[in-house]
Amino acid sequence: MTSLLETPADPAVERRQAVQAAANSSLGRRKLASKVTLGVCWLFLFIAVVPLVAVIAYVIAKGLPAWNADFFTQSTKPEGYSPSGVWNAIVGTAVITLIATVVAIPVGLLCGLFLAESEDRAAAVLRFTADVMTGIPSIIVGIFGYIAIVRNFGGYSGFAGAFAIGFIMLPVIIRAGETAFRGVPNSLNEAALALGARRSTVARKVVVPTALPGVITGVLLAVARGLGETAPLLLTIFGNQYLQWNPSKPMEALPILIYNYSSQPYADLIQVAWGAALLLMAVVLVLSIGSRLVAAYLRKERR
Amino acid sequence: MTTVEALPSAPSGRGRQRALPDKWYRGMLGVVALLFGALAIWFLVAIIIQARPAFSTLGFSWIVGKVWNPTHNQFGLLPFILGTIESTAIAVVLAVPIGLGTAIALAFLVPSRVRPALSTTVELLAAVPSVVYGLWGLIVLAPLFREHVEPFLTSVLGWTGLFNGPDRGVGLLLAGVILAIMILPTMVAISRDVLIVVPTEQVEGAMALGATRSQVLRKVVVPGARTGILGAFTLATGRALGETVAVAMVIGNAPFIAHSLKSSAATLPSLIVNNFGESTGTELSALFGAGLVLLVIGILVNALARWLVWSTGADAAGAELGR
Repeated sequence: MTSLLETPADPAVERRQAVQAAANSSLGRRKLASKVTLGVCWLFLFIAVVPLVAVIAYVIAKGLPAWNADFFTQSTKPEGYSPSGVWNAIVGTAVITLIATVVAIPVGLLCGLFLAESEDRAAAVLRFTADVMTGIPSIIVGIFGYIAIVRNFGGYSGFAGAFAIGFIMLPVIIRAGETAFRGVPNSLNEAALALGARRSTVARKVVVPTALPGVITGVLLAVARGLGETAPLLLTIFGNQYLQWNPSKPMEALPILIYNYSSQPYADLIQVAWGAALLLMAVVLVLSIGSRLVAAYLRKERR
Repeated sequence: MTTVEALPSAPSGRGRQRALPDKWYRGMLGVVALLFGALAIWFLVAIIIQARPAFSTLGFSWIVGKVWNPTHNQFGLLPFILGTIESTAIAVVLAVPIGLGTAIALAFLVPSRVRPALSTTVELLAAVPSVVYGLWGLIVLAPLFREHVEPFLTSVLGWTGLFNGPDRGVGLLLAGVILAIMILPTMVAISRDVLIVVPTEQVEGAMALGATRSQVLRKVVVPGARTGILGAFTLATGRALGETVAVAMVIGNAPFIAHSLKSSAATLPSLIVNNFGESTGTELSALFGAGLVLLVIGILVNALARWLVWSTGADAAGAELGR
């Protein structure tokens, strides 16, 4: 025993001691560096949160005073005329988004189902296309809407806007749908197939119901995204200061109204723009939060 | 061996009758998918065809021309390409360190009780429409920049020459700042997602060796999530490049190459949206051409981002949906 203690020439022990000495001597410095780094992270969190909170706070503070009965029931009027509101823009946004959603949901979900059930090269190409399409600058989609619809089908119209918005929503729905459908356990599919069900029955009765929470989340988020798009609408629906329910005619929309009024030199028009911004932001946030709640509720229900 | 009498036949109820044969079902899905592919091709071809007149009458050199003056048939895109790159660069320089710091704070430092709420808030902010950010930038931030931020920066950093010219509020700097604010939520949401999937064993291993928290972050967590973070930043860059209305509202829209950060400038998207209504002929085709240039840049950046995020195995689509 004693002989073991008396042999100091064990290289492993020596090295361990050297390492410990180095670690101990640098401990203070390392702790300080750690504190500084983490402090910087906290600082950046603060810097990031301030403007984001400021945007929300300003929109609420400036937009809320613009909300009154006329705001929601009257159409836009030139500066100095009353009663004026944004009813025509609300109608336009609602009609355009509705048309875009109604078309994009079935097409997008069927494509998502196709991608979820396919592994070949064609599917990979399509998946990559959808991914890249989610990142295409929206102004270019507006150009496409102009070329494809406005030029060929009688000028600026709500339909052209719906086409552009639908084009933007489509890849989002496809990828969200695919992700949700892929999440369905394979055992469920196989059980249904083993019972003699056809693939379409499996899709309708097993895959879609099981994937519903994810599908709803994806669709609502796509709608929220479509609602806020401005640039494509500027190139396709043109804007209309009068109330227009007919989507084959030029329409007004909330984002366009905000964009146009923001550069006006009149305080009351800018006030209307803030009101419209608050309305748009509220709807988008309600859809985003709603999608999470619906998904959470459906998941809980199932357990 | 007894012979099996007969397998029970599949139930022949209503469900059976309504179900499509497998071949038809696959065929239907294939047709819809094909439609989508055709739509994508139509999109690309339509824009190329419409932009072609600009290329055939002006040659390829118009892309790097310095002057945009439609009345003299000059359609140089260089000021707008530079404006796009500069505003995006400002946004990225501001947003990358702040975004990374915020993502780390959200992933590891914030108390776990408030973490989900804060993370959800950040994801929700990504959904705020860009026109709302533009409105805020124009009405609230522009006067603030004109009165306080720009004079201050000029007095402190004026010697660099980056802040020459009058304080206008609107301009390149404000556009970059607004873009930075807009892309932060996306950046933070995705980087947080890739940071928290770094294996716990690695983190604990480093901790057990006596590394401090910042050492673990710097040497283990961030390197482990590097590709994903890079992908998140590239994705955000793509968004900044293509952002239209928010930039058009605050950049001043002057078709010149900017001399300083305070100069008014213009980007490819803002050029298109501002001139679209009143242009015809070659000018309109030049605008389509500008769109095509933007599309090529956008697709390259996005494809790179997808590839980077994919290669980490994180679900980019899921995080991106928070937009």
